[in-house]
Amino acid sequence: MSLDLLLQYLVAGLTYGSIYAVVGIGFNIIYNATGIINFAQGEFVMLGGMLAVSFQRVVPLPLAIAGAVAATAGVGALVEVTFIRWLWKPSVLRMIVITIGVSILLREGALLLWGESVRSLPYFTGDEVSSIAVGGVRFSPQVLWVLGTTGLIVAFLSVFFGHTMLGWEMRACASNRDAAALCGIPTRNLVTLSFVLSAAIGALAGCVVSPITYTSYAVGAGLAIKGFTVAILGGLGNSMGAVAAGLVLGVLESLSVWVLPTAYKDTVSLTILLAILFMRPSGLFGSREASRLKEF
Amino acid sequence: MRPGRHLQVAIFAAAVVAVHLAAEAGGKGFFLTQLTMTAYYTLVVVGLSLLMGYAGQISLGQAGFFSIGGYVAAALTTLDLAPHRARAAVAALARAHLLVVRPDLYGGEALSVHPWVAFVAAVLLGAGVAWAIGVPVLRLKGHYLAMATLAFGTIVGSILVGTQALGAADGISGVPPFELVPGLRVGGGAADRVRNYYLAWGLVAVAMLLLLNLVQARAGRALRAIHGAEDAARAMGVDTARYKLATFVLAAVLAVVAGVLLTHYNGGIGPSEASVMKSVRYVAIVAVGGMGSLWGTLSASAVLNFLSLRGYFGAYDDAVFGGILVLVMLLAPEGILQANLRGLLRQLVPGRRAAGEEK
Repeated sequence: MSLDLLLQYLVAGLTYGSIYAVVGIGFNIIYNATGIINFAQGEFVMLGGMLAVSFQRVVPLPLAIAGAVAATAGVGALVEVTFIRWLWKPSVLRMIVITIGVSILLREGALLLWGESVRSLPYFTGDEVSSIAVGGVRFSPQVLWVLGTTGLIVAFLSVFFGHTMLGWEMRACASNRDAAALCGIPTRNLVTLSFVLSAAIGALAGCVVSPITYTSYAVGAGLAIKGFTVAILGGLGNSMGAVAAGLVLGVLESLSVWVLPTAYKDTVSLTILLAILFMRPSGLFGSREASRLKEF
Repeated sequence: MRPGRHLQVAIFAAAVVAVHLAAEAGGKGFFLTQLTMTAYYTLVVVGLSLLMGYAGQISLGQAGFFSIGGYVAAALTTLDLAPHRARAAVAALARAHLLVVRPDLYGGEALSVHPWVAFVAAVLLGAGVAWAIGVPVLRLKGHYLAMATLAFGTIVGSILVGTQALGAADGISGVPPFELVPGLRVGGGAADRVRNYYLAWGLVAVAMLLLLNLVQARAGRALRAIHGAEDAARAMGVDTARYKLATFVLAAVLAVVAGVLLTHYNGGIGPSEASVMKSVRYVAIVAVGGMGSLWGTLSASAVLNFLSLRGYFGAYDDAVFGGILVLVMLLAPEGILQANLRGLLRQLVPGRRAAGEEK
């Protein structure tokens, strides 16, 4: 195996990995605000890509992406208001089943709306054949868009949660909802906001990755499982951990093609998920003590 | 007082006969085919009902166990060992009467494993896999358990789709009928339709009797204690890990048995049986029937599976199950038979919530 090929796989792995990271962060945002794992997280990525493809037929690409992100954020809010908001202390089992049901409804809705065909956005710069060469590695400019967007999302979130009033309120809401409510923080609205935020970043990721991976109504479930793997691997609730874990998973998956047939590529991340769940459910970067106190 | 479990099963048996007579009288004898398939899917969901409703453990991997059963049966009974007749292992199997000769597609003779052998192999493999993944998986709770079982089901599905020897996306067809005893075989022929209908629902009745005995005995009380408060149950001396594992394996074995028999009945199996949507569908049926209500689950399964198999939901099949799942869990999480309308209304009116919470 030559070094160049290794690097080539590495770039591909990082590209996919950064999308997994964004989905993982989406899980974390909602988990932190509500203690819920939103099984419909992958559907937000799918919706982002599909909506942008449709919008792009009538408006220029940047507007189409903005529209898709806004619309998906709207769907996120709708999901929260319709299915989550009015439930009084639901059990974990109930929430799992409800979010799974929501994901099926979103997927089947997409199937009715767009059919089974596979779509994609055009490349943001250049086209399918244009490539950038760095050393011996060649990759599409879209890879830079994906990595750059992921970086921007992470930077935006760390500024948002670290330096804005709204971000602080969300963190307060995450660490102790009752205490936050007593301080006058509108906790219910912040839960809605967490769905909006997590739908929006998922949709944005769905748009930038669409030219490379293509989008169809059915991509959500696979992304959700990988995003969840990443969220667990990085320590549930820890967004920086999710970024690292996402890149690790993407690279591992990409390198697995050497040893296993491509058809088994997905089983790699699933096996990793099972292995972590069995051996270290607090994740690689999470603390065991903290995870023991969480309610699963 | 509620009728005893033997009376309940007797009422159920009467209902099975009544449905048969009604179908024949209405000139819809062909309904029995879908009703037989429904029975096998019902076997899966009553097992899952025990696991979810009584032990409180979710499994999103039941379709994985179902297809382990189906694929082992299909692969072993369609495998042609005739070219390997000379090998010692094959000869030994033949001497032990574990192989059967049957005509192959081209009029020649194929030598394959007897369906009973395949059945036993499938159950052993399914129980073994359930035990092996159950030990670590059942230490997890809530989200983690759901994801781990989902991952297991997805792994089984993607291995089946990715493996050429198992027919990849086409699955395995041409599975021979399964002669349980002379004169009684699980297979799709029109002549065997009525016998298969009673055989399948009879199996469901046996499974129900077994499960009802189980939940009304010591084991059932232990499972309910685990569901209510696992730590408290453990403190009372309930071996929670063992009970959970036993329930998980039992539910898996029921799914495997259903998989084997339905595969013989249909004459084949495809990878869609292992899809996540199938597992979700089983969970949806348990949710509709009511957590902890075996008869409710059975009724929900009979109605929903039959409607789905007859194609009444058309292109909306999956959407219907998704919608049902969401609605039931939102409005009546204990199942539609146990819907608490007053409590629901109270929840919808925010001002009265505090009053409702205090009692």
